[in-house]
Amino acid sequence: MNQHLVVVGGGMVAQRLVEALRDRDTAGAWRITVLAEEPRRPYDRVALTSYFSGRDADDLALGDPELWSDPLVTLVRDDAVTHLDRDAKTVSTARGRTEHYDHLVLATGSSAWVPPLEGADLPGVFVYRTVDDVAALRGYVEKLSEDRVVKGAVLGGGLLGLEAAGALQALGARTTVLQVGTHLMSAQVDLGGGEALRRLINQLGVGVRLNAMTTKIKPHRRGGVGRLELADGGRVDADVVVIAAGVRPRDELGRASGLAIGERGGIVVDDTCLSSDPDISAVGEVACIQGATIGLVAPGYAMAEITADRLLGGFSEFPGADTATKLKLSGVDVASFGDAFGQTPGALEIVWADPVGGVYKKLVMSDDARTLLGGVLVGDASAYASLRPMLGRELPGDPGAYLLPEGGGGAPELELPDDAAVCSCNNVSAGTIRGAVTEHGCTDLGAVKACTKAGTSCGSCLPLVKKLVTTELAAQGIAVSTALCEHFALSRAQLYDAVRVSGVSSFTQVIERFGTRAEGRGCDICRPTVASILATTSPAHVLEGERATLQDTNDHVMANLQKDGSYSVVPRIAGGEVTPEGLIAIGEVAKDFGLYTKITGGQRIDMFGARIDQLPLIWQRLIDAGFESGHAYGKSLRTVKSCVGSTWCRFGVQDSVALAVMLELRYRGLRSPHKIKLGVSGCARECAEARGKDVGVIATDKGWNVYVGGNGGFTPRHAQLLAEDLDTETLIRTIDRFLLYYVRTADRLQRTAPWIEDVEGGLDGVRAVVMEDSLGIAADLDEQMALHVVEYEDEWKATLEDPEKLRRFASFVNAPDTPDPSLAYVPERGQSRPATADERGDARPTPHHEPVLVAGARLEVRS
Amino acid sequence: MTALETTLDTAVWTTVCRLDDLAPERGVAALLDGEQVALFRLLDGRVLAVQQHDPFSDAHVISRGIVGSRFVDEVEVPTVASPMYKQVFDLTTGRCLDVAGKVPARGLSPDLRTWHVRVTDGLVEVGR
Ligand SMILES: Cc1cc2nc3c(=O)[nH]c(=O)nc-3n(C[C@H](O)[C@H](O)[C@H](O)COP(=O)(O)OP(=O)(O)OC[C@H]3O[C@@H](n4cnc5c(N)ncnc54)[C@H](O)[C@@H]3O)c2cc1C
Ligand code: SF4
Repeated sequence: MNQHLVVVGGGMVAQRLVEALRDRDTAGAWRITVLAEEPRRPYDRVALTSYFSGRDADDLALGDPELWSDPLVTLVRDDAVTHLDRDAKTVSTARGRTEHYDHLVLATGSSAWVPPLEGADLPGVFVYRTVDDVAALRGYVEKLSEDRVVKGAVLGGGLLGLEAAGALQALGARTTVLQVGTHLMSAQVDLGGGEALRRLINQLGVGVRLNAMTTKIKPHRRGGVGRLELADGGRVDADVVVIAAGVRPRDELGRASGLAIGERGGIVVDDTCLSSDPDISAVGEVACIQGATIGLVAPGYAMAEITADRLLGGFSEFPGADTATKLKLSGVDVASFGDAFGQTPGALEIVWADPVGGVYKKLVMSDDARTLLGGVLVGDASAYASLRPMLGRELPGDPGAYLLPEGGGGAPELELPDDAAVCSCNNVSAGTIRGAVTEHGCTDLGAVKACTKAGTSCGSCLPLVKKLVTTELAAQGIAVSTALCEHFALSRAQLYDAVRVSGVSSFTQVIERFGTRAEGRGCDICRPTVASILATTSPAHVLEGERATLQDTNDHVMANLQKDGSYSVVPRIAGGEVTPEGLIAIGEVAKDFGLYTKITGGQRIDMFGARIDQLPLIWQRLIDAGFESGHAYGKSLRTVKSCVGSTWCRFGVQDSVALAVMLELRYRGLRSPHKIKLGVSGCARECAEARGKDVGVIATDKGWNVYVGGNGGFTPRHAQLLAEDLDTETLIRTIDRFLLYYVRTADRLQRTAPWIEDVEGGLDGVRAVVMEDSLGIAADLDEQMALHVVEYEDEWKATLEDPEKLRRFASFVNAPDTPDPSLAYVPERGQSRPATADERGDARPTPHHEPVLVAGARLEVRS
Repeated sequence: MTALETTLDTAVWTTVCRLDDLAPERGVAALLDGEQVALFRLLDGRVLAVQQHDPFSDAHVISRGIVGSRFVDEVEVPTVASPMYKQVFDLTTGRCLDVAGKVPARGLSPDLRTWHVRVTDGLVEVGR
């Protein structure tokens, strides 16, 4: 019989505890019941703010969802524990459930502290702790925004307050932060850092009032909150108020049942996380460990790991909290770690400040200026990821060098010791990351993340993880070769630049100038890559001259090769909009040629089973009916999927179909490193699933939101918000630049999501290039797209007009009227499909002889 | 080598098409007494013939692959890559140079059969 572990609270730390225990308790010694007050599975509270832009609570999911289907794990949601009976060893819940425990873990976290202010209960006053808080806040602001510019106020200028202010600002509210103390983030940074930070916050358009003690929240005449009154007599108008004045541990169960409670709250635990009752542990924010509660997730995770270990008879102990923090507010770089205030006796402070640029950096060193004790980085926290793991270690060279702006200092490359913690959220050391490469055969960042969990929580260590992985791969001699193939030492992006700048326009020129061996004739990797590059640097027909020799069979015959050697045909149906006449024409073609038809995921119709020699005949019919190539065969724009939008839909706010048709006609035929798909939805209901596309456009009352980097397939990703409320012209310019920047710089067969990860600065880096022209290439990209639009021609139409090109479609050079005799089909559900090997007959002799046919190359199907 | 020369001497040559019918660095299929042959014309005017049947996908598609070259034992050999699963074959010997992680269908040999080809008076002839 196994023992019963009951966990109260279903937050981040509870999730980690269950995960760790199920991971290690292979014998099934414990069955676990988690009693959670929130109505959803544990989610990533640290990333809560992203819910504003993401709008999808599922994006916040933590860990592997399978955990909750484990037969030894029961998760009870939406039911709070109200009573703890330590004598009976039971807990009971608001909904009347009673659970007996062998061991109990309190993981109840904290609640937002609301100071006892008059008016704190008015509508429009919010806290910032749960998905529901954030959803309510967003709804309130969006509603008010319908008829005015909303004014927001945030009480509290700490980490959380600034994050909330950034979120309010992003919702379009004009926001002011009110800080009781002398400077922002006073728990993490010193006065100098706070001053630099204030300037950065102001630059975002957020107001800051220091020494501002709020005394009352006054209602507005129209109802809801109206303004704040301050102790110094000042007033601040506000339509919405977020209180971020600190948190209080939710230790009420412990208090009521007589557990030892810390001076400032929290359930007192020892270094093994046991409370004063040996059958009860407390972990996460509710635990008062080594004399204090800690409002960060990494120490909570450490407590979860210790508890799991102890439950299985281990001996681990709490090592002391890593209180390093980094503000997650885009455009404002702040980090603080270790002894940020220089409280160690004899500590030396080394400060570098650039008041104009809003940069303030400080390192706290031991009295001999050699050992790193802590630091504060404001305005430029690029050194954070590599400095933090050096905490308590000797820094090689002059410490001042680490503070100089990047590129200007010559700080020595830090060689991290194997035991240095790199990812503190998941407690992954440099050695573990190196081991992932050397012992577990990981060869890229994604694999290392999956293998070690490093960088999968807050992500602030990712630059460092990436650097470690690259260095380790290089050391392994697994040369992180970006070479395209044996014929080109350049990566696709480098080759693209070389071709574009040199202006060469044929494969022979390209391989002579940039290839590894002049006599090399390329291969199935570099030839199509060069074809794709030339398609946007010097546009020409796919079958023009030497270009024809570079194409994969799909591009060569402009159809999709299927498993039996036949092809499928997809005419363009822009935006998924098709006339009844068009449908009839497609239907007749399919019927006359005996093709199998299927609706694709991109809202068009695929016709299968066309022989190479039938392709021109089929296309003549389709073109006569007004269709053109759908480029389903190309690494190029595929489709722009759309919902029906405001012309028909009761909810639509914009004409999504018209936009989709326009975008599809603009980008049709654009050759790219991999296929590209777009989507347009007519309102936030998102019926077109645009966020699953490389570029997703969603209509708003004011214009269009554009999301990028959504991919289906093997590693599905949701697209991320690139820009909001764009007018149509700006939207198109933004997509133009995004697509061409991708076309120019992505790797071969790299889709947009991993490409964005690879761009320096990630999504922010892409945004800087596309929206702010940080590389000064925007005009060039615009011009290149204009050229693409002008040069577009229907490849199939041009082919049908050229007898020379048509010769490629003969079945046999010496018997052009004989169809491939090896094709064989059988009927299924009223259509035909390729015969299997068995159906052709096992007795089939070697393929040099004519196979036994089940049915001819064309099959009449009767229903 | 001797076996090869013997066959050359005794080969029956069939005219298949004109050299002009073949585009450099692209293949075509030909039908020789019901047998499917893939013909490739290289940049230097040479014409090479291998079986059209792809042993890995069990489909008749080799002529539609991408022509290129690969550096094997210090020499540049002309190659074709199957359009289906990208195995690479030496066009001169038919040898499979890269199985691309797959095994041939139905226990077939991974290598392609080859035929002799000569160009006479602008006509392409295949010897059997
Ligand atoms: C906006 C925001 C940003 C943050 N950013 C960072 C950051 O960048 N870095 C960082 O380290 N930390 C950050 N934090 C803090 C971090 O989220 C917490 O430290 C972490 O979530 C603590 O985990 P926990 O499991 O102890 O508590 P929680 O995640 O709060 O979970 C406790 C759960 O227990 C439930 N509960 C409470 N009482 C009961 C009961 N009686 N019965 C049943 N259920 C109960 C609660 O409803 C809650 O769901 C941030 C927090 C917020 C709100
Ligand atoms: S996304 Fe909006 S506009 Fe489009 S169909 Fe759905 S509800 Fe209608």
